[in-house]
Amino acid sequence: MIITKQKPIDEILKYLEGVKNVFIAGCAQCATVCKTGGEDEVKKMEELLKGHGKNITAIEIWDPPCHLLEVRKRARDNKAALDKADVILSMSCGDGCFTIFHGTGKKVVPATDTLFLGEAERAGHFAEVCSLCGDCTLFMTGGYCPNTFCPKGLQNGPCGGVKDGKCEVSPDIDCGWLLIYNRLKELGELDKMKKIHPPKDHSKSIKPRKVVVDAVKKRT
Amino acid sequence: MTLKEKIKNKKFMITSEIGPPKGTDVKTILEEARLLKGRVDAVNVTDSQSAVMRLGSLAVSRLLKEEGVEPVYQLTCRDRNRIALQSDALSAAVLGIENILVLTGDHPSRGDHPEAKPVFDLDSVQLIETLKKLESGKDLSGKELKGAPKFCIGAVVNPGADPVEPELIKFEKKLKAGAEFFQTQGVYDVKAFAKFIDKVKQYNTCIIAGIILIKSPDMARFMNKNVAGIFIPDSLINEVEGAADKQDKAVEIAARTIKELKGLAQGVHIMSLGWNRLVPRILDAAGL
Repeated sequence: MIITKQKPIDEILKYLEGVKNVFIAGCAQCATVCKTGGEDEVKKMEELLKGHGKNITAIEIWDPPCHLLEVRKRARDNKAALDKADVILSMSCGDGCFTIFHGTGKKVVPATDTLFLGEAERAGHFAEVCSLCGDCTLFMTGGYCPNTFCPKGLQNGPCGGVKDGKCEVSPDIDCGWLLIYNRLKELGELDKMKKIHPPKDHSKSIKPRKVVVDAVKKRT
Repeated sequence: MTLKEKIKNKKFMITSEIGPPKGTDVKTILEEARLLKGRVDAVNVTDSQSAVMRLGSLAVSRLLKEEGVEPVYQLTCRDRNRIALQSDALSAAVLGIENILVLTGDHPSRGDHPEAKPVFDLDSVQLIETLKKLESGKDLSGKELKGAPKFCIGAVVNPGADPVEPELIKFEKKLKAGAEFFQTQGVYDVKAFAKFIDKVKQYNTCIIAGIILIKSPDMARFMNKNVAGIFIPDSLINEVEGAADKQDKAVEIAARTIKELKGLAQGVHIMSLGWNRLVPRILDAAGL
């Protein structure tokens, strides 16, 4: 899931300086779970912006705003409200924000910061577990990603900064390599840690990446 | 005899450390270098230690060489990708610097530019392998070099790591990758260090034990609390507390520890933290 955090309201208002008519678009998926772009948050934003003298042309929750075809359909359905709007306030991730612009052609203002790809541990608790590197080695590391759980992304074991099982970067961070070590030990797979892992192939993650699924290629 | 030859001949070695200044004024460090000349076998030059931006370790390594002091060029993975690391290693070779100590490097968030992008493109094990590859006449991508470098590759190990097994696994990987000598984190508990030596004896490699001067009881307590793998016993802290002269006491403790380590390690690495002028006194007191 894509984890987002709402921007400080002052920052949002700064982006909306001189803007009168705002269309608010939330997200029915990740941003709803993150409480940054669900029904409650969108309605609250509507009230808040009205209080700052803005005219809200419509509020909508798109499902999801990162899907170009969904955005185009919603744009057709909401043509009048969108035509009236100076900007769309995107209450979804950066991907949603882009796709809303791409699918509507309108000026878009982000209401959130997009943080990471994470696991929903429980309601309102999210943890970063994958860095989208395009070169997954979780099989070798007992399921813990060394690029994500180690702030240095080391591939061959802990650095000298481990203190009481914690990372030198923060006492709130468990040493990723101790997590990997303990897990591999539990699995009887410490030999995987003893192997020298080669440098990562960063050519697999040159941006911007595009994928066309093989099955789709055959169809077209 | 070079450090490499001394390692091979199992000579007991003394190394020390110089931290480049923040700026271009090298007067103080050159004075320190002259004090250390002839008394130590080599001097490490730190690479923006603790992620604090400083004058480069390569330039200072070369300055030491010109002073007649054998440098150990410290090279961290923190600030350079694999292109820059290889390029800097080749630069070291043409500047006549053979000894390279490979380190991961502290995370930038710990230093004075916490907004910096952390690089860590290679880790320390991979960097050792890369230096070996350069020695073989090829770069990391397999391209032929026009002229191959020769290095004496060092690495670090922390005998006080807890748990020690992951540290030992990494130590073994560094050794397999091609590390020729190891310098350790500061040792205060010689009995605990002896246990570590027992574990690594089988590898028959060169271990140079770290000595960090205790400058004050507060500093000792700070290190116990904040520095990974450091354990300074209370008895030692009390001894420093009761001392009439802190520098005399630092010299006495360091000399005593060095004597105790002589049969265990193949050398000592004195990290004076700015008190390099005490190093000759420490060596006198240790009978070296």
